[in-house]
Amino acid sequence: MTFVVVGASLAGLRAVESARRTGYRGRIVLIGAEDHLPYDRPPLSKAFLDVDGPGEVEPFRSEAVLRDELGVELILGAPAENLDTAAREVAVGGTAIPYDALVIATGATARRLPGARALRTAEDAVAVRAALDRGTRIVVIGAGFIGSEVASAARKRGLPVTIVEASPVPLARAVGEVAGAALAGLHHVAGTELRLAAEVTGVADGGVRLATGEVLPADLVVAGIGALPATGWLEGCGLTLHERDRGVVCDATLAAGPPGVYAAGDVAHVANPLFDGEPMRLEHWTNAAEQGAAAARHALDPASARALEPVPYFWSDWYGHRIQFVGTQHADEVVAQGATTLYRRGDRVVGALTVDRPREIMKYRRRIAARAPWSEALAFAGAA
Amino acid sequence: MRIEADLGKCDGLGMCEAMAPDFFEVGDEGTVVVLDERPGEDHRQDLAAAVDACPVLALKLRD
Repeated sequence: MTFVVVGASLAGLRAVESARRTGYRGRIVLIGAEDHLPYDRPPLSKAFLDVDGPGEVEPFRSEAVLRDELGVELILGAPAENLDTAAREVAVGGTAIPYDALVIATGATARRLPGARALRTAEDAVAVRAALDRGTRIVVIGAGFIGSEVASAARKRGLPVTIVEASPVPLARAVGEVAGAALAGLHHVAGTELRLAAEVTGVADGGVRLATGEVLPADLVVAGIGALPATGWLEGCGLTLHERDRGVVCDATLAAGPPGVYAAGDVAHVANPLFDGEPMRLEHWTNAAEQGAAAARHALDPASARALEPVPYFWSDWYGHRIQFVGTQHADEVVAQGATTLYRRGDRVVGALTVDRPREIMKYRRRIAARAPWSEALAFAGAA
Repeated sequence: MRIEADLGKCDGLGMCEAMAPDFFEVGDEGTVVVLDERPGEDHRQDLAAAVDACPVLALKLRD
């Protein structure tokens, strides 16, 4: 029996750990496109960029632990090339690896702009950190969470930074317009220049050119403009890929269709029964960890497969402020109450965003998971 | 069974509280408060889930 995991980041790591924890003793092969052992990404745009941040990206587990303790065959620096669900083989480096159970956890790849740096990989983080160390003038394209964290790191060092955002309100797709507008205020207070509804026409030597003809001078340009599922290797293999972004479409048990094939993490579109079956593709740490572990259990023992009902959760750190979001922003009504924003769908609370309320956020998460009534969330917010 | 929380690592992200609210709560200062450091064996499953869910790997269970 061979269990193959394609993708050696958090979801893939959790998949192999979960497989061993369930008592599986067969062969495990872990395939990763990057030439690194699995490492943690959230710190790359946070602590790693600090003056006193860690200089190197440490792996989650050493090679010895992965190979010897977990008994994992590692194929790193080698992207998977093809999947044959009839023959049950994954092609990598010109070799076909047979599988009995498969977890696809290839994640997402940053959208890149010519002339600009993305911040997704260890190499990206090292390059951005080095530029900050040089005291660079920075322009960030995209006022999402990654871009905002880069701006925050620059301001922490007292460096000037400008964020250029195409939308009139930042983060509207992630947290809605009410909270997006409120979060934009954090940039102003911190001295970050925020250019909204601004169209970038190109990144050239010396700066970012806008549609107005203006050039914003920069030594480093960081593009935080999203990521797309890394599924080029799956085109034409018979799996259902999402029409918009080509993510792997799964049912609520993470099954991708063909026997033994499951998907997890940033690559997977999963219907969530907790939110009326709303299909979700989440690029969140907790989601990758939870789905990676579950996909392995389900792939190795399909009879045990059960629908997941995750409450999405992400956090972001800007200028010393902790932003936390649980649930979904797709709501009938959004109510802002001080540092808390609540999201209502029907008569339920389905989402909550807090700024600097670390004691409160999980109380909302619990209510969302329990399908608690809206009135209960409002009462808690009033009392909190 | 004993819960060990490394407060030097803890970032107050609260996943432990989400998994096992009877045993963990994030305080106003943004680090975890362990509500019961010596839980009974029948809580092992929830506590193991809390340990696994910690994004900064700050939790351990000791027998």
